[in-house]
Amino acid sequence: MNPEQSFNVQIWQAFIVFFSAIFTQNILLIYFLGLCSFVGVSKQLKTAVGLGMAVIFVMTSTCAINWFVYHYVLVPLHLEFYRFIIFIIIIAAFVQFIEMVIDRYSPVLYHNLGIFLPLITVNCAILGAVLFMVIREYTFIVSVGFGLGSGIGWFLAIMAMAGIRERLANDRIPRGLQGPGITLVIAGLMALAFIGFTGVLQQ
Amino acid sequence: MAVLNTTKKYAIEGIWNNNPIFRQVLGLCSTLAITNLVSNTAVMCAALVFTLAFSSATVSYLRNITPRNIRIMVETLIIAFYVIIVDVILKAYWPQMSSNLGPYVGLIITNCIVLGRTEACALSNPPGGAFLDGFFNGLGYSYILLIVATFREVLGMGTFLGMPVPYFSSAYFDRWIMMVMPPGAFFMLAIVVWVFRTIQHNKEEKTK
Repeated sequence: MNPEQSFNVQIWQAFIVFFSAIFTQNILLIYFLGLCSFVGVSKQLKTAVGLGMAVIFVMTSTCAINWFVYHYVLVPLHLEFYRFIIFIIIIAAFVQFIEMVIDRYSPVLYHNLGIFLPLITVNCAILGAVLFMVIREYTFIVSVGFGLGSGIGWFLAIMAMAGIRERLANDRIPRGLQGPGITLVIAGLMALAFIGFTGVLQQ
Repeated sequence: MAVLNTTKKYAIEGIWNNNPIFRQVLGLCSTLAITNLVSNTAVMCAALVFTLAFSSATVSYLRNITPRNIRIMVETLIIAFYVIIVDVILKAYWPQMSSNLGPYVGLIITNCIVLGRTEACALSNPPGGAFLDGFFNGLGYSYILLIVATFREVLGMGTFLGMPVPYFSSAYFDRWIMMVMPPGAFFMLAIVVWVFRTIQHNKEEKTK
C-alpha cells in the first residue's frame, strides 16, 4: 500500500479492513490469537464482557502507538529486528499507565476492568494484531481500523462463548470433555459459522 | 542416580501428569494456528522448546537478583531475547519457513505457557531443574500438537510432511477441506483433549 494514496481511499480501506477483522478474518476464530484467556475467562458473561471491553480499548490504542514507533523510530534506525521487544514494552507500559489512570479517576471502572488489565499484557491477540499490522504494511488510518475491528471481533467471540457456556453449565457433558474440551468444540462451531462470511468482503 | 530421578520426575510431570495442553490448557494461541502442516508445526515446536528451556534456565539464574515487583517485565524481556534469536536464525537460513510462519514466531513471547512455566517453576527452582522443566513441558506440548497436525494434514490434504500418503492422496478419498480450515483445528484439538483427559481420569480412578 503506498503512502501517497488519497485520504478518501484510505478511509474506505480502513472500513473494509475494520469489517473484515470482525467477520471474515476474526482474530480469535480464524487466527487463534488470544485463545488462553478465551478458554479461561469465558465462564461468566459479566467477566467476559469486562475483558472484551479492555481488549478493544488496549488493542486500538496500542496499534496506533506502535504504528508511530515502528515507522518513525525503528525503521529509520534499522532496528526492525528489535520490534518484538519494543512492542511488548510499549504494550506493557501502556497497560500499566491505563491501570493507574483508571484507578485514580474511576474506582467503579477499576473494580470491573482493573483485574483484567494485567492479563492483557500477555494476551497474544494484542501483540498479534500489532505484528499483523506491521507485516501487512497498513497505513496509519487503516491500522487504527484494523485494531478496532480486531478488538470488536474478539469481544464478540468471547461474549458469544460466555453466553453459550452459561447455558451449558447445568448440562451433562462427558467427563473428559468438560471445561476446555467443550469450549474448543463450541469455538470450532463458531469458527464454522464465521467462515460463512467468507466472500462477503473482497479485499 | 539422583540426577536421573529428578529428570524422570520432571519428564513425567511435563509430558503426562501436568501436560501443558490437556491439563493446564495454556499456550494454545500461537501454535495451534499453524498445525495445518506437519513441517510448520515441527519447526514451531522446536522453536518453542528452545525458548521455553533456555528462558526458564535464565530466569532461574537471575531469580535472586530480580526485584519481585518488576519480575514479569524481566521475564518477558528474557523470553523476547530468545525469540529474537530464533526469528533471526529462521530469517537468515530458512526464509521460506519464516514467511510461512508469519507473525507466529514472534507470538511465542506472549505464549502463556512460557510465562506460566517461568512463574510457576523457574522462580523457585535452581537453573538445572528449571531447564528440565521447560524442556519437558515443551515436549509435552509439542507431541500433542504434532498429533493434531498429522491428522489435519493427512485428512485435509492427503499428505504427510509434503509427501503423498497412499489411499488418502488417491482419488478414492474425499479430502476433508474443513480440516485445513480453522474450525478443523478446534475440533481436532477438542478430540485430542477429550481422549487424553478420559485416559487420565480412568487411570486416576483405578489408582484410588
